[in-house]
Amino acid sequence: MLDNAQPLLKVENLHSWYGESHILQGINIEVAKGETITLLGRNGAGKTTTLRSIMGVVRKRTGKIQFQNTDLIKLPQHRVAHQGIGYVPEERGIFASLSVDENLMLPPSVAKNGTSVQEIYQLFPNLLERKNSPGTKLSGGEQQMLAIARILRTGARFILLDEPTEGLAPVIVERIGEIILKLKSKGYTILLVEQNFRFAAKLADRHYVMEDGKVVDHINANELTEKSAALHKFLGV
Amino acid sequence: MFEALGISPYQLYGQLVLGLINGSFYALLSLGLAVIFGLLNVINFAHGALYMLGAFGAYFALTLFGINYWGALILVPIGMALIGVFIERTMLKRLYQLDHLYGLLLTFGLALILEGAFRHYYGSSGMPYAAPKELQGPLNLGFMVLPLYRAWVIIVSLVLCFSTWFLIERTRLGAVLRASTENPILAQAFGINVPLLLTLTYAGGVALAGIAGVLAAPIYQVNPAMGSNLIIVIFAVVVVGGMGSILGAIVTGYALGILEGLTKVFYPPASAIVIFAVMAIVLLVRPAGLFGRGE
Repeated sequence: MLDNAQPLLKVENLHSWYGESHILQGINIEVAKGETITLLGRNGAGKTTTLRSIMGVVRKRTGKIQFQNTDLIKLPQHRVAHQGIGYVPEERGIFASLSVDENLMLPPSVAKNGTSVQEIYQLFPNLLERKNSPGTKLSGGEQQMLAIARILRTGARFILLDEPTEGLAPVIVERIGEIILKLKSKGYTILLVEQNFRFAAKLADRHYVMEDGKVVDHINANELTEKSAALHKFLGV
Repeated sequence: MFEALGISPYQLYGQLVLGLINGSFYALLSLGLAVIFGLLNVINFAHGALYMLGAFGAYFALTLFGINYWGALILVPIGMALIGVFIERTMLKRLYQLDHLYGLLLTFGLALILEGAFRHYYGSSGMPYAAPKELQGPLNLGFMVLPLYRAWVIIVSLVLCFSTWFLIERTRLGAVLRASTENPILAQAFGINVPLLLTLTYAGGVALAGIAGVLAAPIYQVNPAMGSNLIIVIFAVVVVGGMGSILGAIVTGYALGILEGLTKVFYPPASAIVIFAVMAIVLLVRPAGLFGRGE
């Protein structure tokens, strides 16, 4: 699937550490422009650490994280987003000391043609109603919408989503699935971390399976049925 | 009605104004301290010495360059901000990964060096600095007569406090500052240049101390010890207001200044300790401070 495309993101032999703990142990991932890719795996497999290493939140790293023509490892942390990367962190990362509107406007624009504020409020009318309340007064689902919306506003075309469905009601999960599909159809590139395999299966083109800080399997969307036995083993579902 | 207590209304108003003046300085200085602590997690013990440096800045501007009060009011904060940039970039920056205590020790050392050096060269008697002639003379408010310069200090400090509060709580830059205070790592992941914000915040806090120093020069004499006399009270104000709380620092600064003034009227012996008594009570009842959010 990647054969003809020059990958947008190419992670090569990435090792990461939290203090003395060696978390990622040499992972390789490629994401082509326009693809939706998931990282699957149990808790503690290193999925979130992979996203954090790409964003530079985890600083102690070796290897290469090539994004377009830049090695992200060499950048100061605040320059990473400006390459055109949007980050929707685990537990959404809504700022309690900022209103909904301030949260939405917080991330600086990183590329032209970001979704306008008007469009965002059309897409998420709940946010408009709660515009002036503190960010963390929103429900979990609304916070997730806000976390995605504020990234769309920046114009980033490559989005890292860390467990966007965690702890949310099924109807909201469905809504988030719709949003991701919509972004996909608009040509966004998405790297998604998910525990919820059924949710991921409907969205992604390819899946990387992680275990103990390594990528242990790679599954194309059309191989899902034949590889489901192996997946069950890795995910323990 | 206070005559019954043997207190004349003039004495009361006089002490109230004095309290308000002291409160103006408490508020301006604890505001800077709170902003710096909020974002940098540094307890800036050098704040008093920097305030003293601001007052000396006004004195040097006049005696060495013939720059009058109004020029000093503009130039000294700019110069102080540059000094703040220098301190943050060359020293404080290296301590962010360490415990709070290291920032406190470094700034405490800086305060000792600054105050020691000024005491060595200028002694401890203090230099006179006259109020600008536009602001000399009395202001008759009807119920009392107030030196014009003191009214000016109260107004300027209120304007500065309100502007700082507005900047932090109501503007886009303020939202960025608040986000970076709450979660600097995530703010950086969004592309916000937090290291630059830290430098600017420290510079801003130091500039505020510098302005306070210029304002103080005509009231208190320009004196190497003027900062160390004040810094302990300022810390008490910050603790009572709630560490890192902007509004807390402002309100508590004025309130404790006034309380101190009133104590001088009603029970003078307690006036030196009333602020610390309040601090002890607040710490017992509300350890996070009156406006603190707590952890």
